[in-house]
Amino acid sequence: MLAPGTAVRVRDDWPETRGPCHIRTPWYLRGHRGTVVRHLGDYPNPEDLAFSLPAATLALYHVRFPLAAIWPDAVGTDDLVVELYETWLEVAP
Amino acid sequence: MRSNMAVLETESPRLLAAVRGLLAAKGIAGPAEIAERIAATDAASPALGAAMVARAWTEPEFRALMLADGTRAAEAMDIPMRGLPPLGVLENTPDLHHLVVCTLCSCYPRAVLGYPPFWFKSAAYRARAVRDPRGLLRDFGTTLPAEVKLRVVDSTADYRWMVLPLRPAGTEFWPAERLAALVHEGDMIGVTVPKVA
Repeated sequence: MLAPGTAVRVRDDWPETRGPCHIRTPWYLRGHRGTVVRHLGDYPNPEDLAFSLPAATLALYHVRFPLAAIWPDAVGTDDLVVELYETWLEVAP
Repeated sequence: MRSNMAVLETESPRLLAAVRGLLAAKGIAGPAEIAERIAATDAASPALGAAMVARAWTEPEFRALMLADGTRAAEAMDIPMRGLPPLGVLENTPDLHHLVVCTLCSCYPRAVLGYPPFWFKSAAYRARAVRDPRGLLRDFGTTLPAEVKLRVVDSTADYRWMVLPLRPAGTEFWPAERLAALVHEGDMIGVTVPKVA
């Protein structure tokens, strides 16, 4: 379980280039660094549910990203909070 | 493994009839239960969310429940939530404003706000909410002071999110019913804020 405040990176992975898939991780966040806000609960993996395959239960996190870290022209401290499953997150050094 | 992709090419009314038949045959959901859910979805409207907001503004205990567990708060107001995704509530403060979007599709807290407005599903709204949120708010007539932090919440997975807006000044002695009339759909998405006319 990732504690609030843990620095994470969204995996820079593109399963859509490998065939039909269902992904709940937006394109614009792949490869970006964020911070865990909190654990939202555990849910069956939608990537499998979408194809009626047996789905493992995954931890779902709210992860925060400064807008300025995502967009080159963003200024200020505005940020973005997104729901991401544990399989898409790696702990960032 | 992906052979069931073929269902995506089936004509929708036939697919719907087949799914309804299977749900009934497998004892998952019968016609009466489906009709009940359709009726509840059709009956939901922003008035339900507005009533929750007004109650949160006037009852500190309800406010605490709503922020901790939106689903239980909705159920406490007799809003049917059974089988629906959990409802999360985002509290606006004098220093922090929330804006909700679903960039991947159109996830929306239908149980408490009804069907989403047409623009919520548009590619333009979904793209701009994360790319230029302050510009988007200006187009809705909402100018956020520079010192107020803006937090965009991209509803990508299992939760549905609604905003608990700031109570407008000058409404201190208003009863909940009068307060609820101030709260509109956009205020609970975060594109607008409640105003005293």
